[in-house]
Amino acid sequence: MAQLLQQLLNGIFLGSIYALIALGYTMVYGVLRFINFAHGDVFMLGAFAGLYLNKLMGPVLAAVPWPVAIGLVLLLSMLICATLGIVIELLAYRPLRDKPRLNVLITAIGVSLLLEYTGQLVFGATQQPFPALIPRTNVGGLGGLTVTTTQVLVAITAFGLMLALRFIVLKTKMGLAMRALSLNPTASALMGVNNSVIISFTFGLGSALAAAGGILYASLYPSIEPFMGILPGLKAFVAAVLGGIGNIPGAALGGLIIGVTETLVAGYSQQIGIPSGYRDGVAFVILILILLFKPSGLLGKVEREKV
Amino acid sequence: MLEIKNLEVGYGSIKALHGISLKVPEKSIVTLIGANGAGKSTTLRAISGLLRVRGGSVTYDGQDVTNMPAHQVVARGLCHVPEGRMVFANLTVDENLRMGAYLRNDRAGIAEDVEYCFQIFPRLKERIDQPAGTMSGGEQQMLAIARALMSKPRCLMLDEPSLGIAPMLVRAIFEQIVAINKERGITVLLVEQNANLALQVSQYGYVLETGRVLLEDTSESLRKDPQVREAYLGD
Repeated sequence: MAQLLQQLLNGIFLGSIYALIALGYTMVYGVLRFINFAHGDVFMLGAFAGLYLNKLMGPVLAAVPWPVAIGLVLLLSMLICATLGIVIELLAYRPLRDKPRLNVLITAIGVSLLLEYTGQLVFGATQQPFPALIPRTNVGGLGGLTVTTTQVLVAITAFGLMLALRFIVLKTKMGLAMRALSLNPTASALMGVNNSVIISFTFGLGSALAAAGGILYASLYPSIEPFMGILPGLKAFVAAVLGGIGNIPGAALGGLIIGVTETLVAGYSQQIGIPSGYRDGVAFVILILILLFKPSGLLGKVEREKV
Repeated sequence: MLEIKNLEVGYGSIKALHGISLKVPEKSIVTLIGANGAGKSTTLRAISGLLRVRGGSVTYDGQDVTNMPAHQVVARGLCHVPEGRMVFANLTVDENLRMGAYLRNDRAGIAEDVEYCFQIFPRLKERIDQPAGTMSGGEQQMLAIARALMSKPRCLMLDEPSLGIAPMLVRAIFEQIVAINKERGITVLLVEQNANLALQVSQYGYVLETGRVLLEDTSESLRKDPQVREAYLGD
């Protein structure tokens, strides 16, 4: 029982990070109807931004209490990646907005490769240790559970950001315009919405969440390299599809499900006879199943083909 | 108030409008009638900035708005209610109205205009928290017009407000279009296939055929014109 609880907790910690990344995929899909395959690499850049900020601002960060320090690093990385996301959209995707959607999809793969290999060039190809922004102490022990401060903070930050996003989308004018644009871009333009501004805002928001995900992920698994975004990025994409692409609560739910399932498979590998090395395959089995049995996703609505 | 001169618009290599000119005087109701494919909707889409204009000019309120992006045209008080209503299906009636007021920040004025919309279309008030996509076609048309009113337009372009709507609701909607024009002094450019109805509520009319203006006259004269009667009024 304790082991099951432990695994569930671990799954939720990991899943909350997948959820953060998945939100970016789903929001961009909502406004532009395409999958931004470079999103996982923005997640990687978030982790590296955290690493370099920590180096650059070392004395400042050492002088303030650690929660302030991590908050500062987190916010600045989010800001950097938000800017980057907006620039990527502006340079790579906007010129293709009126072209067939396949063009922009292929461009996204190109941007992804560009970020990965530029990352190798600039940061080096080897694994680098990520600084312990959060002191690694155990807070658990309750009923034999092991929970570290890092894990608790990861979960709190991730869920906090998701609530903040929910507020932005449901309660602000920008959020209303995002939803309107995703439903009918022609009508939103006729209401006076500058669609390009909203699309930039969406990219910024999604990229900021990916950056936060990168820092939280690197805090849990403190070793980073330029290709670290590929697998979490793909899994988060699966999470977004699982929840129903374009559906924001769906992406959060999908992320949690993928995280928990993956952790359970790895944790109970001996009992179920699947080697724990197959944990990375779990998400893709889920993808195949969801595409076979409920292609619209758990919370997604069936989109009728317009004739 | 709104004047277009020699408007030319094309889709790819096909020309849809071959130099259309028309005038909409302030506080009037002007109608464009014509068969399917005559270029009525294309004209509206070109004026509101949804389509690129290849030649000619659009002047609104003394200013050149030719090829201005759609969101800037609305900001000048020229609002287009598109064909097929295009309400935001998953947003509630209230949220749709707030989208209409997207460019405004005067809370009191917005609240006042929401009240006005509910006064002319009481059904919308009953459905305030309902997703727009779950309403009937007529109710959606009411919402589309109300949403446009929320932008505080001085000129309203309506594209086929009677299309696919129960006859009883068509009457109610057209009564309110006339009321909006009279009470609020909003100029209306009305595109309609139902020429009979359109010529009853308007003061002036243009008959379009394959991208050209075939006839223009006061609505009263057009109603009596034998050519119009035969081709568009079903006599």
